[in-house]
Amino acid sequence: MTKPLKIVVLAKQVPDTRNVGKDAMKEDGTVNRAALEAIYNPEDLNALEQAIRIKEKYEGTTVTVLTMGPPRASDIIRESIFRGANDGILLTDRAFAGSDTLATSYALSCAIRKINPDIVIAGRQAIDGDTAQVGPQVAEKLNFPQITYVENVESIENGIVTIIRRIENGIEKVEAKYPLVLTINESAPVCRPRNARRVLKYRHSKTATELQAESNDYICDVRGCRPHLTITEWGVADIDAKAEELGMSGSPTKVKSIQNVVFQVKDSKILTSSDNDVQDLMQELIANHTIG
Amino acid sequence: MNNIFVYCEISEGAKVAEVSLELLTKGRSLANTLNCKLEAIVLGDNLDGVENELSKYGVDIIHKGNDKVLFPYTTLPHSAIVCGIFEEEKPQIALMGATVIGRDLGPRVSSKLHSGLTADCTSLEIGPHDDVKTKTHYDNLLYQIRPAFGGNIIATIVNPECRPQMATVREGVMKKEEISNPTPAEVKNIDVKKYVTDSDLVVNIIERHLEKLDINIKDAHIIIAGGYGVGSKEGFDLLHQLADVIGGEVGASRAAVDAGFTEHARQIGQTGVTVRPKLYIACGISGQIQHTAGMEESAMVISINNDADAPINQLADYAIVGDVSQVVKKMIKYYKENTK
Repeated sequence: MTKPLKIVVLAKQVPDTRNVGKDAMKEDGTVNRAALEAIYNPEDLNALEQAIRIKEKYEGTTVTVLTMGPPRASDIIRESIFRGANDGILLTDRAFAGSDTLATSYALSCAIRKINPDIVIAGRQAIDGDTAQVGPQVAEKLNFPQITYVENVESIENGIVTIIRRIENGIEKVEAKYPLVLTINESAPVCRPRNARRVLKYRHSKTATELQAESNDYICDVRGCRPHLTITEWGVADIDAKAEELGMSGSPTKVKSIQNVVFQVKDSKILTSSDNDVQDLMQELIANHTIG
Repeated sequence: MNNIFVYCEISEGAKVAEVSLELLTKGRSLANTLNCKLEAIVLGDNLDGVENELSKYGVDIIHKGNDKVLFPYTTLPHSAIVCGIFEEEKPQIALMGATVIGRDLGPRVSSKLHSGLTADCTSLEIGPHDDVKTKTHYDNLLYQIRPAFGGNIIATIVNPECRPQMATVREGVMKKEEISNPTPAEVKNIDVKKYVTDSDLVVNIIERHLEKLDINIKDAHIIIAGGYGVGSKEGFDLLHQLADVIGGEVGASRAAVDAGFTEHARQIGQTGVTVRPKLYIACGISGQIQHTAGMEESAMVISINNDADAPINQLADYAIVGDVSQVVKKMIKYYKENTK
């Protein structure tokens, strides 16, 4: 018998660094965030899928998505709800600006403590930083054991979670009691698409900030009688965080300098795909013992 | 006190991981610059004689933890020992491999010690830093240099106040080199029970399946690497034919691996393997920095791309503008014709 679980999924809205266009960098060498599409961090979708699978398997289990970011990161929560999460919390406050992974983990861990989950599931890493640090750092701050590089949660029985993780040259099957923090690898099952019924039901869900922005009269909005359409927003005051541990002041790492990537131009010979060019090249490579 | 520490990873058969030896080499040169000692932490089971191997790379002091709970690696016992020793010894710099183990252990340790950690560094240097806000001058900080933002920028990160300054580095990024006149390192045996409690033994490994790595692109002298432009698995089959004929290995860009054209073990670049072959043939690879970071030290680069303006061409000694499959077929043909 497995009792209903409370699961928190950590998700991040990231610029789509995989599809960087020519206008992605400004002339001063800084990143032009406005030119990059904001997407759901890919491995966080793998994490969401694992959470929804557990929810389907163990009746009464709830999935809450927690994301930290600017107000527009509420898109991540709506997307999660469309795909099967119960609800979500947007952690947003100017005090979080400039956070490195450690300050981010601190803020997230304060919010997670408020929710008091059994299992926290995050993507292994986000594509804007590729650090893979937030999951283990959150685990340490919560004093939960961590299991990283998870490919699948096989079962949860009598409080023991059985997990397959992908290591460098193979797989490992591990088991541990929850509470736990899991980070999910890109090799895990892909996330299911949106569920049409859920899209219809939740498409008008908004944060208080969004409601405020679009209507002066937001308090009288129809959502007053439909609480499920309100996405919770938390700021520093809601999570009992120490100010000095947040943002720049809570971040041990400092960016000393940023360099735009400039290729060193080699003196390259341009060849065509003609028989002559390819034959000459192969003869040269053989003659100077590069190949053969 | 205030020395440089390298966490040495132990793989099957009580062998020290390659990446750890590479980091010891880097750590030795940083220690020479800073005029401090190089120390290693090595945790595992049946570690007899491991100090002989480590001494070859110029380690001064080895902290050795030998206990069956330390192999195979699990997070909590290792992080308890590493945190405990770091609290006592107060290293100024701590390096780990950016491996499954290092990327699991590093952040846990950095969180516990509230120290800054920079993942996947491609270069480590020592230098000064002036904090404009606090008007503080720092000497001899570790510059942790890494591509960021999907490889579109190179960031230099420093940790001015918190110690240790922690960094992870991928295998193959640093060069491994034995020192010329090694002397045996001092070995300090770790009292494992002092650091590891029962509450650290809550994650149990019940099964492990290790696949023998039959793909070894790191040591290949010739690499034929395919990108998204190769277009399909069949396109990669052709690259394998060329590799078989001229005696090379097939590598790939992340885009090609993500598209399912070939296996992950072949991925070259920031999130894959770093290679330094004598010949690198880039087929249908555009040449984003994430990829070129892993191959730019190749002795010779030939690029085959139908886009004459592909960034990879700027790194190439020979840039062949044309269709990949057509050019590769011709290469196979003319190689055979000219080596008979």
